[in-house]
Amino acid sequence: MVEVNLWSGLRAFADGKDCVEVDAKNVGEVLSALVEQYPGLEHVIEAGVSVAVDGKVIASGLTEPVKPDSEVYLMQQLKGG
Amino acid sequence: MIHVNTKINGDDVEFLCDPRETLLDALRDKLGLTGSKEGCGTGDCGACSVTMDGRLVCSCLVLGAEADGKEIGTVEGMAEGENLHILQEKFIEHAALQCGICTPGILVATKSLLEKHPEPTETQVRYWLAGNLCRCTGYDKIIRAVMETAADLRKAS
Amino acid sequence: MAFDDTKTEDFKVVGQRVKRPDGVDKVTGKAKFGADAVAPGMLFAAIVRSPHAHARIVKIDTSKAEALSGVKGIVTRADFATGLTGGDLDVLENVMAGEKALYDGHAVAAVAATSQLIARDAAKLVEVEYEVLPHVTDVDKAMAADAPVIREGAADQSVPEGMHANVVRYHESGHGDIEAGFAEADLVVEDSFKTEATHQGYIEPHACLAQLGGDNKGELWCCTQGHWNVQKLCAAMLGLETSQLRVTASEIGGGFGGKTAVFIEPVALALSRKTSRPVKLVMSRSEVFRATGPTASTSMDIKIGMKKDGTITAGQGTFRLQGGAFPGAPMEFTAMCAFAPYNLQNVKQVGYDVMANRPKQAAYRAPGSPMAAFAVESVIDELCKKLGLDPIEVRLKNASKQGTKASFGPTWDRIGLVETLEAAQSHPHYSAPLKEGQGRGISCGFWFNHGGETSVTLALSEDGTAQLSVGTPDIGGSRASMAQMAAEELGIPYENIRTTIADTATLGYNEVSHGSRVTYASGLATIKAARAAVKILCARAAAKWGIDEDAVVWENGCAKPSGPNAGEFDPLPIDKLTRSMGRTGGPIVGHFEATPEGAGVSFATHIVDAEVDKETGQTKVVRYTVVQDAGKAINPAYVEGQFQGGAAQGIGWALNEEYIYGEDGRLQNSVFLDYRIPVASDLPMIDTVIVEVPNPGHPYGVRGVGETSICPPLAAIANAVSNAAGVRLKELPMSPPRILAALEDQANNG
Repeated sequence: MVEVNLWSGLRAFADGKDCVEVDAKNVGEVLSALVEQYPGLEHVIEAGVSVAVDGKVIASGLTEPVKPDSEVYLMQQLKGG
Repeated sequence: MIHVNTKINGDDVEFLCDPRETLLDALRDKLGLTGSKEGCGTGDCGACSVTMDGRLVCSCLVLGAEADGKEIGTVEGMAEGENLHILQEKFIEHAALQCGICTPGILVATKSLLEKHPEPTETQVRYWLAGNLCRCTGYDKIIRAVMETAADLRKAS
Repeated sequence: MAFDDTKTEDFKVVGQRVKRPDGVDKVTGKAKFGADAVAPGMLFAAIVRSPHAHARIVKIDTSKAEALSGVKGIVTRADFATGLTGGDLDVLENVMAGEKALYDGHAVAAVAATSQLIARDAAKLVEVEYEVLPHVTDVDKAMAADAPVIREGAADQSVPEGMHANVVRYHESGHGDIEAGFAEADLVVEDSFKTEATHQGYIEPHACLAQLGGDNKGELWCCTQGHWNVQKLCAAMLGLETSQLRVTASEIGGGFGGKTAVFIEPVALALSRKTSRPVKLVMSRSEVFRATGPTASTSMDIKIGMKKDGTITAGQGTFRLQGGAFPGAPMEFTAMCAFAPYNLQNVKQVGYDVMANRPKQAAYRAPGSPMAAFAVESVIDELCKKLGLDPIEVRLKNASKQGTKASFGPTWDRIGLVETLEAAQSHPHYSAPLKEGQGRGISCGFWFNHGGETSVTLALSEDGTAQLSVGTPDIGGSRASMAQMAAEELGIPYENIRTTIADTATLGYNEVSHGSRVTYASGLATIKAARAAVKILCARAAAKWGIDEDAVVWENGCAKPSGPNAGEFDPLPIDKLTRSMGRTGGPIVGHFEATPEGAGVSFATHIVDAEVDKETGQTKVVRYTVVQDAGKAINPAYVEGQFQGGAAQGIGWALNEEYIYGEDGRLQNSVFLDYRIPVASDLPMIDTVIVEVPNPGHPYGVRGVGETSICPPLAAIANAVSNAAGVRLKELPMSPPRILAALEDQANNG
């Protein structure tokens, strides 16, 4: 299991939690597991999110590996000017 | 339509233009001289700078018809064949351009400055170029390129 | 060297101030920008725009315009695809109004004619009947209960119950216990700030040349930061298959984020389809101001607690961003960047995306971050002053570094904030004496940077030179840095490489030139494409020598046996291998396609001295120093250029630039005379210090530099001006009337 930290604005869609556990081996699995366990998060993840894994911000890639002890943060999708 | 006879970068040229058309439109659309750029159309940005009988003007504020009987100088006339004008060389060397849209106007304006004031101070250069907007560089490298060109020209003369 | 190695030293070409390969074209007027293209039989177009901030479009009568000689076609919303949803629908709504005009300048129709003058005359003859509706342009007023609703149902599910319909997105993040944090503090400062919308102000107005036939095959030439994005959006808006529309990016006369969207391109394509002629469409400057760009305007509340020793105990920020008549104001970046430079145990940030009757905001260099820095760094400066602490010491004490927790959650990797602060502290500027009437300000700034989809091809020519095709438009000299990286890998002279910005038919998808991603992502792809080509070159040499491929290395542009065990062979230079490539296996081409995810974040620290004339309220920046982490500067001259350009734009934003709306909701200053960007006589030289803390996510350590440079200036200048004026300035721009008002307010209220 991997601990996934949500930004606090998402608590409303994850039973009031800002840290949840999912079974996942990469970023894509983290996101689909989140939607499965907390369907309220679907609109957020569909709209696009980035994920920080061990301090590295993964802007959009789904294949980046995630280990059980990885630090995982869901972030709003990154873009730039 | 008005029939205009003029001289551009030393060449005799004639064209027809609407009385409302600007010199910039005539240069770009009638004569294919697209080196002069339109950034504003109101004489505020200087991207369309050319010389008319040696005087620096915004070609967006001059009517095409006014070019009749005059001598026009544009950025296309700065280099002599393959040989760049020293200002053009210095701008490349000093990275004094980023996107390059303001560059033709700034080069024409600067050439005109150095012809009138071969020993400008930094302040003089800054005020002379105050009518030429550059959004990329913060002007630093432009000013350095101009000052060094002026110094080199003085050494050479 | 292995093919995936990083390289941090012994550079031959990288790090040199080489001349840019497109330099001659740009100084002689040969370079072709958006408005410089022509096509046989070309028509010229003009757009009819709403004079109202908010109005229902009752009827559009084009009969008089159509009757004008030379007019060939007119389009309205009915000429575009139907059934779009979400973001695509928003883009189309912005490109061409549907039922309502949502801001002054919103396009409602467009005309194509045989000359520009006829097109403009015809546009004036298009009769639009409007039912004018109440409007709102201020962010705080747009959130108030009595504000007119701009569009019902635009809000997403993130918005808490009870908010006005104009609040369309909500963000909240942070960690720790902020109330406990404030209780620990010796001093808490709380204040509110506002910033006006500014425009990216690129000197080249949007321009394009479109050709679209009845067979729905199209060609488009335009100035854009990303032509694949233009291709995708235009195809959607016109109901085309994406691959049937080929888009070529012209030279681009500045973008800064403002050319990441489409405005006129779908309109020109629709007119071309309707008239069966090529159509050129060029915006006027006034149209650029009224209908493209600008940034969000903001209203912000900041509360920060500090101990006497300078330790920040808690930080809280509320950020309300107005992003025009569509969702998308970058409030989440404002929130996430606000406290990013600091290692805080207790932090909370809240953001609101608010709609108003203004043009749809577009990205502008580190979208959302500069405003946050202005508010947060102003409060930190106030705390330093009240506690008698040195502003750089306090920032060093609280600085984010590798292993500390970011204000938006994750643990930082290797970052260079401390190095920029130390370099600023030891810079002579920081200790130079100030004159009477002058003040000094400093600020830190942060931006994430971005990787994004990237595709690059490097083809070797028979004479051993190389053609490099990248898909990211060159906004500020990136062809040079690409060629430098390719030359470094191939071991051939920089001049032997020609870099081309390829069209959409030539490479795989390339994301827009944004997020400071070009030198990072296209650079990384260039290095990998060159390494792929080198691998083939080594294989060809191995075959010639009859040895194993792994026994060949590439050094200084030659294949060599990797050691004595590989055998004794004379080095084979690149041109020997390429000359015979047709007969030894075919053309040698290296390519690389990926979405690199290692864009390193970037921090900067700026120092500013400003002078304030208390009689007139006039401000002048007299000295400016930029210190920023570039990871690795591929071409230091162009890195400095990015630093200086960001600082100059920040000076404009801080002191002069603003969107001024009248009571009627119309933009009052849509020309450069009235919207005053910095001119040469406004600015001093801008000193730069390049700090290099390598990014582990790039083979040479590159971090994007384009955006971070605009993050600190608003705050650094506000701190300098506040110190010079003796009163805290809380609204941008700090134009003379605002400075005089602040001085008067202080005189009246102490």
